[in-house]
Amino acid sequence: MSKMSLSTRMILVLTLITVLSGGILAGWDTITKPKIAFHRQEALKAAIGDVLPAHDTYTREETEFGTIYIAIATRDSSEHLVGIAFMAVGSGFQGELRIMVGLSPDMTQLTGIKVLEQIETPGLGTKIVVDPSNKQDPYWFPAQFRGVHLSPEIVVIKNAKPTRNNEVQGITGATISSKAVTNILNDQIAHIKTVWPSKGGPES
Amino acid sequence: MSSTLSLKTEFIKGIWKENPVMASLLGLCPTLAVTNAANNGLAMGLATTFVLLSSSLMISALRNFIPHQVRIAGYIVIIATFVTVADRFLAAYFPVISASLGPYIPLIVVNCLILGRQEAFSSRNGIGRSLLDSLGMGIGFIIVLVVLGIIREILGSGSIFGIAILGDWFTPWMVMILPPGAFLTLGILIALANWYNDPSRSKERGTVS
Repeated sequence: MSKMSLSTRMILVLTLITVLSGGILAGWDTITKPKIAFHRQEALKAAIGDVLPAHDTYTREETEFGTIYIAIATRDSSEHLVGIAFMAVGSGFQGELRIMVGLSPDMTQLTGIKVLEQIETPGLGTKIVVDPSNKQDPYWFPAQFRGVHLSPEIVVIKNAKPTRNNEVQGITGATISSKAVTNILNDQIAHIKTVWPSKGGPES
Repeated sequence: MSSTLSLKTEFIKGIWKENPVMASLLGLCPTLAVTNAANNGLAMGLATTFVLLSSSLMISALRNFIPHQVRIAGYIVIIATFVTVADRFLAAYFPVISASLGPYIPLIVVNCLILGRQEAFSSRNGIGRSLLDSLGMGIGFIIVLVVLGIIREILGSGSIFGIAILGDWFTPWMVMILPPGAFLTLGILIALANWYNDPSRSKERGTVS
Protein backbone atom coordinates (compact mmCIF):
# COMPACT_ATOMS: atom_id res chain seq x y z
CA MET A 1 0.00 0.00 0.00
CA SER A 2 2.76 2.41 0.93
CA LYS A 3 4.48 1.92 -2.44
CA MET A 4 1.44 3.31 -4.24
CA SER A 5 1.30 7.04 -4.88
CA LEU A 6 -1.38 8.92 -2.96
CA SER A 7 -3.46 9.73 -6.02
CA THR A 8 -3.49 6.11 -7.16
CA ARG A 9 -4.61 5.11 -3.71
CA MET A 10 -7.39 7.69 -3.65
CA ILE A 11 -8.66 6.52 -7.03
CA LEU A 12 -8.41 2.86 -6.04
CA VAL A 13 -10.21 3.28 -2.70
CA LEU A 14 -13.04 5.41 -4.07
CA THR A 15 -13.47 3.02 -7.01
CA LEU A 16 -13.66 0.06 -4.67
CA ILE A 17 -16.19 1.76 -2.40
CA THR A 18 -18.43 2.78 -5.29
CA VAL A 19 -18.21 -0.66 -6.96
CA LEU A 20 -19.11 -2.30 -3.66
CA SER A 21 -21.97 0.14 -3.17
CA GLY A 22 -23.23 -0.50 -6.70
CA GLY A 23 -23.12 -4.24 -6.09
CA ILE A 24 -25.05 -4.02 -2.83
CA LEU A 25 -27.71 -1.76 -4.37
CA ALA A 26 -28.09 -3.91 -7.49
CA GLY A 27 -28.60 -6.99 -5.32
CA TRP A 28 -31.03 -5.24 -3.01
CA ASP A 29 -32.95 -3.84 -5.98
CA THR A 30 -33.61 -7.30 -7.43
CA ILE A 31 -35.04 -8.37 -4.06
CA THR A 32 -37.26 -5.34 -3.42
CA LYS A 33 -38.31 -4.38 -6.97
CA PRO A 34 -41.10 -6.96 -7.40
CA LYS A 35 -42.54 -6.08 -3.98
CA ILE A 36 -42.52 -2.34 -4.67
CA ALA A 37 -44.11 -2.91 -8.09
CA PHE A 38 -46.75 -5.10 -6.44
CA HIS A 39 -47.66 -2.36 -3.90
CA ARG A 40 -47.91 0.22 -6.71
CA GLN A 41 -50.18 -2.10 -8.66
CA GLU A 42 -52.37 -2.75 -5.61
CA ALA A 43 -52.63 0.99 -4.86
CA LEU A 44 -53.62 1.63 -8.48
CA LYS A 45 -56.22 -1.14 -8.42
CA ALA A 46 -57.67 0.15 -5.14
CA ALA A 47 -57.88 3.68 -6.54
CA ILE A 48 -59.63 2.56 -9.73
CA GLY A 49 -61.96 0.44 -7.59
CA ASP A 50 -62.82 3.54 -5.54
CA VAL A 51 -63.68 5.75 -8.50
CA LEU A 52 -65.39 3.07 -10.62
CA PRO A 53 -66.98 0.76 -8.05
CA ALA A 54 -69.08 -1.05 -10.67
CA HIS A 55 -66.15 -2.50 -12.58
CA ASP A 56 -64.67 -5.97 -12.35
CA THR A 57 -61.66 -5.70 -14.56
CA TYR A 58 -59.84 -3.09 -16.57
CA THR A 59 -57.51 -2.76 -19.51
CA ARG A 60 -55.06 0.03 -20.08
CA GLU A 61 -54.49 2.20 -23.09
CA GLU A 62 -51.61 4.64 -23.53
CA THR A 63 -52.54 8.05 -24.93
CA GLU A 64 -50.69 11.32 -25.33
CA PHE A 65 -52.29 12.48 -22.04
CA GLY A 66 -51.14 9.46 -20.08
CA THR A 67 -52.62 6.08 -19.40
CA ILE A 68 -56.38 5.55 -19.56
CA TYR A 69 -57.84 2.62 -17.64
CA ILE A 70 -60.88 1.18 -19.39
CA ALA A 71 -63.13 -0.38 -16.78
CA ILE A 72 -65.36 -3.27 -17.75
CA ALA A 73 -68.08 -5.04 -15.77
CA THR A 74 -68.29 -8.79 -16.28
CA ARG A 75 -70.63 -9.73 -13.47
CA ASP A 76 -73.67 -9.84 -15.78
CA SER A 77 -73.59 -12.21 -18.70
CA SER A 78 -73.03 -9.29 -21.07
CA GLU A 79 -69.65 -7.73 -20.70
CA HIS A 80 -70.02 -3.96 -20.84
CA LEU A 81 -68.09 -0.75 -20.33
CA VAL A 82 -68.75 0.96 -17.00
CA GLY A 83 -66.43 3.89 -17.50
CA ILE A 84 -62.85 5.01 -17.82
CA ALA A 85 -60.39 6.15 -15.20
CA PHE A 86 -57.27 8.22 -15.53
CA MET A 87 -54.77 10.01 -13.31
CA ALA A 88 -55.17 13.80 -13.31
CA VAL A 89 -52.11 15.74 -12.16
CA GLY A 90 -51.93 19.47 -11.49
CA SER A 91 -51.06 22.19 -9.00
CA GLY A 92 -52.78 22.38 -5.64
CA PHE A 93 -52.35 25.13 -3.04
CA GLN A 94 -48.79 24.13 -2.07
CA GLY A 95 -47.75 21.38 -4.44
CA GLU A 96 -48.75 18.77 -6.91
CA LEU A 97 -52.10 16.98 -6.63
CA ARG A 98 -52.53 13.52 -8.16
CA ILE A 99 -56.16 12.55 -8.50
CA MET A 100 -57.64 9.32 -9.84
CA VAL A 101 -60.72 10.29 -11.83
CA GLY A 102 -63.56 8.00 -12.90
CA LEU A 103 -65.74 9.00 -15.87
CA SER A 104 -68.99 7.51 -17.10
CA PRO A 105 -68.82 5.84 -20.56
CA ASP A 106 -70.68 8.75 -22.20
CA MET A 107 -68.23 11.24 -20.62
CA THR A 108 -71.00 13.40 -19.16
CA GLN A 109 -70.61 12.57 -15.46
CA LEU A 110 -67.95 11.68 -12.95
CA THR A 111 -68.24 8.33 -11.22
CA GLY A 112 -65.88 9.37 -8.45
CA ILE A 113 -62.52 10.90 -7.60
CA LYS A 114 -59.76 9.95 -5.19
CA VAL A 115 -56.90 12.26 -4.29
CA LEU A 116 -53.84 10.01 -4.09
CA GLU A 117 -51.09 12.54 -3.44
CA GLN A 118 -51.27 16.03 -1.99
CA ILE A 119 -49.34 18.35 0.33
CA GLU A 120 -52.17 20.77 1.15
CA THR A 121 -52.43 22.57 4.52
CA PRO A 122 -53.21 20.00 7.23
CA GLY A 123 -56.68 20.55 8.66
CA LEU A 124 -57.84 22.82 5.84
CA GLY A 125 -56.77 21.78 2.34
CA THR A 126 -56.39 18.14 3.36
CA LYS A 127 -60.20 18.02 3.61
CA ILE A 128 -60.09 17.29 -0.13
CA VAL A 129 -59.06 13.78 1.02
CA VAL A 130 -60.77 13.41 4.39
CA ASP A 131 -62.35 15.83 6.87
CA PRO A 132 -61.93 14.49 10.43
CA SER A 133 -63.86 17.48 11.84
CA ASN A 134 -67.02 16.23 10.13
CA LYS A 135 -67.70 13.16 12.24
CA GLN A 136 -70.83 12.03 10.35
CA ASP A 137 -69.40 12.24 6.87
CA PRO A 138 -65.63 12.73 6.78
CA TYR A 139 -65.47 12.07 3.05
CA TRP A 140 -68.14 14.64 2.13
CA PHE A 141 -65.91 16.63 -0.22
CA PRO A 142 -64.65 13.85 -2.55
CA ALA A 143 -68.07 12.12 -2.35
CA GLN A 144 -69.74 15.15 -3.96
CA PHE A 145 -67.99 14.36 -7.22
CA ARG A 146 -69.80 11.06 -7.58
CA GLY A 147 -72.39 11.74 -10.29
CA VAL A 148 -71.51 15.39 -10.81
CA HIS A 149 -72.22 16.56 -14.38
CA LEU A 150 -69.48 17.92 -16.61
CA SER A 151 -71.38 20.33 -18.81
CA PRO A 152 -70.36 23.03 -19.17
CA GLU A 153 -67.83 22.38 -16.36
CA ILE A 154 -67.64 21.60 -12.63
CA VAL A 155 -68.17 24.72 -10.51
CA VAL A 156 -67.30 25.33 -6.84
CA ILE A 157 -69.98 27.03 -4.74
CA LYS A 158 -68.90 28.87 -1.59
CA ASN A 159 -70.81 28.57 1.69
CA ALA A 160 -73.97 27.12 0.17
CA LYS A 161 -75.43 23.81 -0.85
CA PRO A 162 -75.12 23.05 -4.57
CA THR A 163 -78.35 23.52 -6.50
CA ARG A 164 -77.30 22.50 -10.02
CA ASN A 165 -75.96 19.11 -11.07
CA ASN A 166 -72.56 20.52 -12.10
CA GLU A 167 -71.88 22.19 -8.74
CA VAL A 168 -69.93 21.09 -5.67
CA GLN A 169 -69.63 22.81 -2.30
CA GLY A 170 -66.20 24.27 -1.55
CA ILE A 171 -64.29 23.75 1.70
CA THR A 172 -64.53 26.71 4.08
CA GLY A 173 -61.04 28.10 4.57
CA ALA A 174 -59.60 26.11 1.68
CA THR A 175 -61.14 27.72 -1.38
CA ILE A 176 -57.89 27.44 -3.33
CA SER A 177 -57.56 23.71 -2.65
CA SER A 178 -61.24 23.15 -3.60
CA LYS A 179 -60.85 25.16 -6.80
CA ALA A 180 -57.54 23.44 -7.58
CA VAL A 181 -59.33 20.08 -7.62
CA THR A 182 -62.10 21.26 -9.96
CA ASN A 183 -59.67 23.16 -12.19
CA ILE A 184 -57.49 20.08 -12.60
CA LEU A 185 -60.56 17.96 -13.34
CA ASN A 186 -62.07 20.42 -15.86
CA ASP A 187 -58.76 20.92 -17.59
CA GLN A 188 -57.72 17.29 -17.84
CA ILE A 189 -61.14 15.93 -18.71
CA ALA A 190 -61.13 18.33 -21.68
CA HIS A 191 -57.82 16.73 -22.77
CA ILE A 192 -59.09 13.21 -22.28
CA LYS A 193 -62.19 13.97 -24.34
CA THR A 194 -59.96 14.74 -27.32
CA VAL A 195 -58.30 11.31 -27.23
CA TRP A 196 -61.11 9.10 -25.99
CA PRO A 197 -64.44 9.24 -27.85
CA SER A 198 -67.52 9.12 -25.65
CA LYS A 199 -69.40 5.85 -25.82
CA GLY A 200 -73.09 6.21 -25.23
CA GLY A 201 -74.62 2.88 -24.52
CA PRO A 202 -73.55 -0.35 -22.96
CA GLU A 203 -73.45 -1.94 -26.42
CA SER A 204 -70.34 -0.13 -27.62
CA MET B 1 -10.28 11.73 25.67
CA SER B 2 -12.72 9.29 24.21
CA SER B 3 -10.35 6.33 24.57
CA THR B 4 -10.40 6.70 28.33
CA LEU B 5 -14.17 6.50 28.50
CA SER B 6 -15.56 3.17 29.54
CA LEU B 7 -17.63 1.25 27.00
CA LYS B 8 -20.75 1.88 29.05
CA THR B 9 -20.18 5.64 29.02
CA GLU B 10 -19.56 5.47 25.28
CA PHE B 11 -23.01 3.97 24.87
CA ILE B 12 -24.88 6.07 27.45
CA LYS B 13 -23.57 9.47 26.35
CA GLY B 14 -25.67 9.56 23.18
CA ILE B 15 -28.87 9.00 25.09
CA TRP B 16 -28.67 11.99 27.40
CA LYS B 17 -25.45 13.96 27.90
CA GLU B 18 -24.49 14.20 24.22
CA ASN B 19 -27.94 13.48 22.80
CA PRO B 20 -27.71 14.36 19.10
CA VAL B 21 -30.88 16.48 19.11
CA MET B 22 -31.13 17.82 22.67
CA ALA B 23 -27.44 18.59 23.28
CA SER B 24 -25.87 18.99 19.82
CA LEU B 25 -28.96 20.12 17.84
CA LEU B 26 -28.00 17.76 15.01
CA GLY B 27 -30.46 16.25 12.56
CA LEU B 28 -33.09 18.92 13.17
CA CYS B 29 -34.58 18.72 9.66
CA PRO B 30 -36.09 15.23 10.07
CA THR B 31 -36.73 15.91 13.77
CA LEU B 32 -38.96 18.87 12.98
CA ALA B 33 -40.45 17.56 9.74
CA VAL B 34 -41.67 14.04 10.47
CA THR B 35 -42.64 14.11 14.14
CA ASN B 36 -46.30 15.05 13.53
CA ALA B 37 -47.19 11.50 14.59
CA ALA B 38 -45.46 9.01 16.89
CA ASN B 39 -45.37 6.32 14.18
CA ASN B 40 -43.51 8.58 11.77
CA GLY B 41 -41.01 9.59 14.45
CA LEU B 42 -40.34 5.95 15.33
CA ALA B 43 -39.89 4.90 11.68
CA MET B 44 -37.56 7.81 10.98
CA GLY B 45 -35.58 7.07 14.18
CA LEU B 46 -35.21 3.39 13.30
CA ALA B 47 -34.19 4.12 9.70
CA THR B 48 -31.62 6.68 10.85
CA THR B 49 -30.23 4.28 13.48
CA PHE B 50 -29.90 1.54 10.87
CA VAL B 51 -27.95 3.86 8.57
CA LEU B 52 -25.84 5.11 11.49
CA LEU B 53 -24.93 1.59 12.64
CA SER B 54 -24.16 0.17 9.20
CA SER B 55 -22.10 3.13 8.05
CA SER B 56 -20.22 3.20 11.38
CA LEU B 57 -19.36 -0.47 10.91
CA MET B 58 -18.07 0.11 7.37
CA ILE B 59 -16.22 3.32 8.13
CA SER B 60 -14.51 2.16 11.32
CA ALA B 61 -13.47 -1.04 9.51
CA LEU B 62 -12.08 0.94 6.56
CA ARG B 63 -10.68 3.83 8.63
CA ASN B 64 -7.01 3.04 7.97
CA PHE B 65 -7.67 2.29 4.35
CA ILE B 66 -9.51 5.42 3.16
CA PRO B 67 -7.04 8.25 2.37
CA HIS B 68 -7.70 11.37 4.45
CA GLN B 69 -8.19 13.56 1.35
CA VAL B 70 -11.14 11.59 -0.02
CA ARG B 71 -12.71 10.53 3.26
CA ILE B 72 -15.83 12.72 2.97
CA ALA B 73 -16.57 11.45 -0.55
CA GLY B 74 -16.07 7.88 0.65
CA TYR B 75 -18.28 8.38 3.72
CA ILE B 76 -21.08 9.93 1.69
CA VAL B 77 -21.10 7.04 -0.81
CA ILE B 78 -21.24 4.53 2.06
CA ILE B 79 -23.99 6.48 3.86
CA ALA B 80 -25.99 6.95 0.64
CA THR B 81 -25.80 3.22 -0.06
CA PHE B 82 -27.35 2.33 3.28
CA VAL B 83 -29.94 5.10 3.02
CA THR B 84 -31.04 3.67 -0.34
CA VAL B 85 -31.20 0.20 1.19
CA ALA B 86 -33.41 1.55 4.02
CA ASP B 87 -35.61 3.52 1.59
CA ARG B 88 -36.22 0.51 -0.66
CA PHE B 89 -36.81 -1.70 2.38
CA LEU B 90 -39.58 0.59 3.68
CA ALA B 91 -41.10 0.94 0.19
CA ALA B 92 -41.15 -2.85 -0.25
CA TYR B 93 -42.33 -3.96 3.19
CA PHE B 94 -43.98 -0.91 4.82
CA PRO B 95 -45.57 1.01 1.93
CA VAL B 96 -47.84 3.07 4.21
CA ILE B 97 -44.98 4.40 6.36
CA SER B 98 -42.87 4.89 3.25
CA ALA B 99 -45.61 7.05 1.72
CA SER B 100 -46.10 9.14 4.85
CA LEU B 101 -42.37 9.84 5.27
CA GLY B 102 -42.05 10.69 1.58
CA PRO B 103 -38.76 12.37 0.68
CA TYR B 104 -37.45 12.45 4.25
CA ILE B 105 -36.00 8.93 4.12
CA PRO B 106 -33.70 9.67 1.13
CA LEU B 107 -32.78 12.92 2.92
CA ILE B 108 -31.12 10.92 5.73
CA VAL B 109 -28.05 11.07 3.45
CA VAL B 110 -27.55 14.71 4.39
CA ASN B 111 -28.47 14.28 8.07
CA CYS B 112 -25.46 15.87 9.77
CA LEU B 113 -25.94 13.56 12.75
CA ILE B 114 -24.70 10.65 10.61
CA LEU B 115 -21.78 12.32 8.84
CA GLY B 116 -20.89 14.02 12.14
CA ARG B 117 -20.57 10.73 14.03
CA GLN B 118 -18.51 9.17 11.22
CA GLU B 119 -16.12 12.12 11.08
CA ALA B 120 -15.89 12.66 14.83
CA PHE B 121 -15.95 9.08 16.05
CA SER B 122 -16.04 6.08 13.71
CA SER B 123 -13.09 7.27 11.63
CA ARG B 124 -10.94 7.35 14.79
CA ASN B 125 -12.14 4.38 16.81
CA GLY B 126 -12.39 0.63 16.49
CA ILE B 127 -15.45 -1.25 15.28
CA GLY B 128 -16.79 -2.16 18.74
CA ARG B 129 -16.55 1.33 20.17
CA SER B 130 -18.00 2.88 17.00
CA LEU B 131 -20.98 0.55 17.02
CA LEU B 132 -21.67 1.34 20.70
CA ASP B 133 -21.40 5.06 20.01
CA SER B 134 -23.77 4.77 17.04
CA LEU B 135 -26.24 2.63 18.94
CA GLY B 136 -26.32 5.15 21.80
CA MET B 137 -26.72 8.09 19.44
CA GLY B 138 -29.39 6.22 17.47
CA ILE B 139 -31.38 5.36 20.58
CA GLY B 140 -31.07 8.95 21.79
CA PHE B 141 -32.40 10.11 18.40
CA ILE B 142 -35.28 7.61 18.43
CA ILE B 143 -36.31 8.65 21.98
CA VAL B 144 -36.44 12.35 21.08
CA LEU B 145 -38.35 11.70 17.84
CA VAL B 146 -40.89 9.42 19.52
CA VAL B 147 -41.39 11.80 22.49
CA LEU B 148 -41.89 14.73 20.10
CA GLY B 149 -44.20 12.61 17.96
CA ILE B 150 -46.29 11.52 20.96
CA ILE B 151 -46.67 15.06 22.31
CA ARG B 152 -47.58 16.49 18.90
CA GLU B 153 -49.91 13.62 18.02
CA ILE B 154 -51.84 13.83 21.33
CA LEU B 155 -52.31 17.59 21.08
CA GLY B 156 -52.67 17.75 17.29
CA SER B 157 -54.77 14.67 16.55
CA GLY B 158 -55.91 13.36 19.94
CA SER B 159 -54.28 9.98 19.41
CA ILE B 160 -51.10 7.99 20.14
CA PHE B 161 -49.59 5.72 17.48
CA GLY B 162 -52.78 6.21 15.47
CA ILE B 163 -55.08 5.03 18.29
CA ALA B 164 -57.57 7.70 19.37
CA ILE B 165 -57.29 8.31 23.12
CA LEU B 166 -59.09 11.60 23.53
CA GLY B 167 -62.83 11.62 22.98
CA ASP B 168 -65.04 13.77 20.80
CA TRP B 169 -64.90 16.63 23.31
CA PHE B 170 -61.32 17.31 22.32
CA THR B 171 -60.67 19.83 19.57
CA PRO B 172 -57.28 19.05 18.00
CA TRP B 173 -54.73 21.86 18.15
CA MET B 174 -54.02 22.01 14.45
CA VAL B 175 -50.88 24.07 15.06
CA MET B 176 -49.20 21.08 16.72
CA ILE B 177 -49.09 18.99 13.54
CA LEU B 178 -47.98 22.00 11.49
CA PRO B 179 -44.31 23.09 11.42
CA PRO B 180 -44.72 25.72 14.21
CA GLY B 181 -45.84 22.94 16.57
CA ALA B 182 -42.54 21.16 15.96
CA PHE B 183 -40.52 24.26 16.85
CA LEU B 184 -42.63 24.98 19.94
CA THR B 185 -42.42 21.41 21.29
CA LEU B 186 -38.71 20.99 20.57
CA GLY B 187 -37.92 24.41 22.07
CA ILE B 188 -39.78 23.60 25.28
CA LEU B 189 -38.13 20.16 25.54
CA ILE B 190 -34.63 21.59 25.08
CA ALA B 191 -35.36 24.35 27.61
CA LEU B 192 -36.48 21.74 30.15
CA ALA B 193 -33.39 19.60 29.51
CA ASN B 194 -31.09 22.61 29.91
CA TRP B 195 -32.84 23.66 33.10
CA TYR B 196 -32.41 20.12 34.44
CA ASN B 197 -28.72 20.04 33.48
CA ASP B 198 -27.97 23.54 34.77
CA PRO B 199 -24.81 23.20 36.93
CA SER B 200 -25.87 25.93 39.35
CA ARG B 201 -29.05 23.97 40.01
CA SER B 202 -27.03 20.77 40.61
CA LYS B 203 -25.06 22.53 43.35
CA GLU B 204 -28.25 23.50 45.10
CA ARG B 205 -29.28 19.88 45.04
CA GLY B 206 -25.89 18.97 46.47
CA THR B 207 -25.00 16.64 43.60
CA VAL B 208 -22.44 16.90 40.83
CA SER B 209 -23.65 15.50 37.56
